[in-house]
Amino acid sequence: MIRVFFAEWRKLRRPVLFFGTMFAVVGFTGLITSLLFLMIDSTRGNGREGQIINRMTLELPHGLSVGFSSAAGFLGLIALCVFASQTAQEYTHGTLRNLLVRQPRRLTLLAGKFLSMCLFALISVILSAIVSVGFAFALSGKAKVVTTAWSTSAARTSLMHTFVNVLISVIAFGTIGMILGLLLRSPITAISIGVAWLLVVENILAATVKHSAQWMPGSMANTVATGGDVNASYSHALWVLSAYLAVGVLVAGYLFRRRDVTN
Amino acid sequence: MPLEAQELAISVTDLTKNYGERAAVSHANFDVPMGTVCGFVGPNGSGKTTTMRMLLGLISPSGGNGKVLGQPISDPAKYLDRVGSMIEGPAFYPSLSGAENLRVLATLGGHSVNQVQALLDRVGLGDRAKSKYKTYSLGMKQRLGIAAALLPNPQLLILDEPTNGLDPAGIQEIRDLLRSLANDGTTVFVSSHLLAEIEMISDSLVMLRQGEVIFAGKTQDLLLQQQPTILARSEDPKDLLRLVQIAREAGHEGSIIGSVAHILGPREWASTLNKLAFEAGITLAQLSPVLPSLEETFFEMTGAGE
Repeated sequence: MIRVFFAEWRKLRRPVLFFGTMFAVVGFTGLITSLLFLMIDSTRGNGREGQIINRMTLELPHGLSVGFSSAAGFLGLIALCVFASQTAQEYTHGTLRNLLVRQPRRLTLLAGKFLSMCLFALISVILSAIVSVGFAFALSGKAKVVTTAWSTSAARTSLMHTFVNVLISVIAFGTIGMILGLLLRSPITAISIGVAWLLVVENILAATVKHSAQWMPGSMANTVATGGDVNASYSHALWVLSAYLAVGVLVAGYLFRRRDVTN
Repeated sequence: MPLEAQELAISVTDLTKNYGERAAVSHANFDVPMGTVCGFVGPNGSGKTTTMRMLLGLISPSGGNGKVLGQPISDPAKYLDRVGSMIEGPAFYPSLSGAENLRVLATLGGHSVNQVQALLDRVGLGDRAKSKYKTYSLGMKQRLGIAAALLPNPQLLILDEPTNGLDPAGIQEIRDLLRSLANDGTTVFVSSHLLAEIEMISDSLVMLRQGEVIFAGKTQDLLLQQQPTILARSEDPKDLLRLVQIAREAGHEGSIIGSVAHILGPREWASTLNKLAFEAGITLAQLSPVLPSLEETFFEMTGAGE
């Protein structure tokens, strides 16, 4: 599996993909954290889904990680796109046969690719955390947010918890992308369906069907990132998300193992 | 005399692949001896690529079984590290360079990445190693595919149409490369539509038609099975028709193509024809018995030209 991991990493580290993605991560995280502080007095809200996050909240120890956790949804979408395209392009380029004649144990191949993409996701989450914390400190003065609590051990612990939760959430989004890539075998289709579901369908369902958000995979991945929110508790979100991923991984893994490779 | 199992690089028995009602490959039986070049020929859609895919574990057979390098095709992990392949054309990542593409595959297969440049040099791509794959011509892509197949220093090379898109010089290079690999002990199982090439390089042949093996054995044996032709040219072209009539009277079919009479008959009958022509007052300028080419045999056996 280690050989698959490093082979996949050679593809993931190519400059256009790696730096392009990291640039997007920096951009989104910077934008979301900036809006959080610069629109602190706006009545239209400064957080995710129009939430108002006031000074008092941001001055708490976990206030340092609010911007970071708010960026998780975007990091997740980026991960979904990367995981889906890296998986499905093996079909569209016809390169899957090259991989399988060198690693015929298909689930090992899949696991190695997945771990390599998880490393990619980890780097993006670390970068996002650094950018978010940096922007938070830089903009706190302008937003008149007192940062004394951000230097405490409680703040560090909160940041660490948020980091783990965001990482779980981002990898969950990525796994959804990989599942779609395996099932649909086309990057464009997998990304389109994934993004449309997460950004459009889930929001329409959440707005029209009561309590439906607490059963939606994308919504629950966001809830995990924030450590629990108005939609559901952290443990509920984790269970629902795990159930979706387990079913998806089983179906996609079974099909990948059994399906003839004819392109 | 049948070969022992350990002397066979490939051995398939009743190998079958069905897609719904349609049999892509039907009860195929053939062996490929170690250290030989075996041509794999058949019209489009005859099941060549499907068979190769089964040998490489990319698709599962619907029936029958096979062995590659002595290991069952149901467990490709046991032999694929000793097999190099290129199936249905080259396939690489467009935004990576040729060298980086090979490094990805070398890393995956556990082969040394240090050999990449030498392999690119060997297939004539050394000076374009750093160019992106998407900028390669068809011939260059094909060469990269062959380089990738050579990465594992294979005991068995399975190549599907390796000369597609190559110019005549490139075709000759690949022919020489395959021959030299075979001389070094590598078994080469190669499909191609260029039958003249296959005839030149292959020791044995497997011929498919509509998913069924219609010949498997030595190339020379196949050609010898065919009705040889005697080519005759008279000094006076007007005598050609009489010459054909003489042959027909003696029970041999004949026809005139251009300025040459093509008469079906064994090589030893040529002297009889010479004698009969002389008795009829016809002076022959040329008389040569020839075996049909692989291409002619192929069309004859597969009906591909119909």
